[in-house]
Amino acid sequence: MSRVPLDPRTAPTFQQAARALLGDAQLRKNVRHATDVIQTKRRKLVEEKQDWQALRESGRQIRAHVLENLDVYLEEFERNFTKAGGVIHWARDAAEAQKIVVGLVKEIGTTEVIKIKSMTTEEIQLNNALEAAGVHAYETDLAELIIQLGEDQPSHIVVPALHKNRAQVREIFRRTMNLPDLGDKPADLADAARRFLREKFLRVTTAVSGANFLVAETGGVCIVESEGNGRMCLTMPETLISVVGVEKVVPRWQDLEPLLQMLPRSATGERMNPYNSMWCGVHPGDGPQRMHIVLLDNGRTEVLADREGRQTLQCIRCGACQNACPVYRQTGGHAYGSVYAGPIGAILTPQLMHLEHSQSLPYASSLCGACYEVCPVKINIPEVLIHLRHKVVEQNGWYAPESLAMKAVAQVFRSERRFRAAQRLGRLAELPLVKSEKRSFAIVGQKQEASDGWIGWLPGLLGGWTSTRDLQAMPQETFRDWWEKRGKQ
Amino acid sequence: MKVALFITCYNDTLFPATGKAVVEVLERLGHTVEFPAGQTCCGQMHWNTGYQAEALPLLPRFLQQFEHAEAVVVPSSSCVAMMREHYPIMAERIVAEGGDTSLPERTAAILPRVWEFSEFLTKKLGLTDVGAYYPHRVTYHASCHGLRSLGLGDGPQTLLKSVRGLELVEIANLEQCCGFGGTFAVKNADVSSAMLAEKTRAVLNTGAEECTACDNSCLMHLQGALHRQRTGVTTRHLAEILAHTEADEEAEDALPTEVTL
Repeated sequence: MSRVPLDPRTAPTFQQAARALLGDAQLRKNVRHATDVIQTKRRKLVEEKQDWQALRESGRQIRAHVLENLDVYLEEFERNFTKAGGVIHWARDAAEAQKIVVGLVKEIGTTEVIKIKSMTTEEIQLNNALEAAGVHAYETDLAELIIQLGEDQPSHIVVPALHKNRAQVREIFRRTMNLPDLGDKPADLADAARRFLREKFLRVTTAVSGANFLVAETGGVCIVESEGNGRMCLTMPETLISVVGVEKVVPRWQDLEPLLQMLPRSATGERMNPYNSMWCGVHPGDGPQRMHIVLLDNGRTEVLADREGRQTLQCIRCGACQNACPVYRQTGGHAYGSVYAGPIGAILTPQLMHLEHSQSLPYASSLCGACYEVCPVKINIPEVLIHLRHKVVEQNGWYAPESLAMKAVAQVFRSERRFRAAQRLGRLAELPLVKSEKRSFAIVGQKQEASDGWIGWLPGLLGGWTSTRDLQAMPQETFRDWWEKRGKQ
Repeated sequence: MKVALFITCYNDTLFPATGKAVVEVLERLGHTVEFPAGQTCCGQMHWNTGYQAEALPLLPRFLQQFEHAEAVVVPSSSCVAMMREHYPIMAERIVAEGGDTSLPERTAAILPRVWEFSEFLTKKLGLTDVGAYYPHRVTYHASCHGLRSLGLGDGPQTLLKSVRGLELVEIANLEQCCGFGGTFAVKNADVSSAMLAEKTRAVLNTGAEECTACDNSCLMHLQGALHRQRTGVTTRHLAEILAHTEADEEAEDALPTEVTL
């Protein structure tokens, strides 16, 4: 059941991937439907919160404060988690994290682990590393199970199988669980998953997870979910190994108050998560008796060092920006070539990749601002996208064709004389491309500017415009020409 | 009031009728309009595409041209958003690079006097009825920058509702982007076109004859598809609707029609 994980280092550009996905009508219908449903639920629950904007602001302040003092809170967390009986491991990158987890599992001597849905373990491709070491990981989150059994890839950070509909899920279950008579009612599918998973919960004694938050003052680990599978993984096994990004720490229990009000509302349109599990270390006779946390850097401290890109790490992984994004709505998540799709992926992935890969992602946005509007911790995603575009441009060098053109246009805008000359030149240059429309009824004396010439084909990069759109020919007179003439009259 | 018009580069070149309409409305309301001749572009295309160094010189240029004005009116919501959101950052950047240290203060001083055309009417002048007549069925497209960055709210619709003869029909998913996004439309032409397809369907579903907005860039995008598909639905900037009066209607009716079959 191995699958090729989404890897920014080998992924095609966003444009290439999007082009292929836009041809998948079923996928696009599934994505549109799912994001519409979640957005409608979210909007209703956000509107009922009178203090929503105040909550967002306190969420932003908590997360920004953590990032400004990350070293302090991480060490505080390490002290308190260790005091409570847990073991902390620090991982510089994905390879180190994989090695630590595989080592721990080998030490236990098991060949199976159960998993709670976790983006961090997807990021470091942990399942593949475990499999290479002869350990099978069972995903227990329903959507992750669908992805795993279907040998698919997650397309959303909260609802990873959002691109699949019920009939497609039934087919996957029928095939992989050997249930030829399975129906496609939600209850049938849930029942099949429950039977499949329950046996694993009872048998497997090691669990692997991520975490939503780490609480520095108590050494607490907070995991929220909707299905109860997480609660099973957190209570039944003897060992719990959590792989957590270093940015996930918050200072105090109290800080969870605004964050846990916003996370479920933003993520799934629920007032609170059905399951909120919080472990503060090892308790004899209750829950896992061995707890390990792997604190993962994997590029995060470099993001932290960039003053303008830093706010990316405020993210609490609610996925609201993905549901609100009109680009994601068309392509779904796989186009982003990373486990982090949508607007947050477009800013997070290139930064985690040190901009050595994923340079097309900062451009995968119309800068409409819908993501910023819904973000519960007020990450100004359009601002960071523009910042990253600037970095990409600098990386490409002045001699790139686009760069040369942009520099030439910039020179035009720096002088009124050159600007007027360019306007005249534009009218001449477009002449061979303009087709005048044949009208059966011409109205004599119609205003000059109501030009009836249209351009249906443009060369080079501009051809992207005319693949689906016409362009009206330039009017014979610019505004400034008209204004000058008017002044003389 | 003495109003300085910042027409913006693409309106100047491609949509002069919008500029004329702005002049007409403001003069009809008793204001004096001036047009500083040295103006060119706000810098949005360069800044948003990542060419920040190329955008920077356009800030002092704008200040030089418009600093004296009592009010600056701009018939393009995305250009105003560019100025409000990025000019302060640009001013700081120029100072950091050893440039003119007076820029941050001068930028902060002028920005409160810069208005998008519809918000100048509704927020600065407190008007809803500007005496327009336009007997057509029209739908309004809320451009993202006007909606989210400027917070225009239902200001433009309020203006449209006061136009005599105009029937305003609401579009589904008003808050969804049309897919223009500046260079996005050519850099990601396929996705942009898919977004546009959804928007043009929404426009056609309203049954409107015309789609209006506070930004010709979105309208150029919509018009491109509406024309390509021969839908017969046209686009027109809000200012052009507000400039239209009974007298225009009579003049148009009086025009001789020549049949050239």
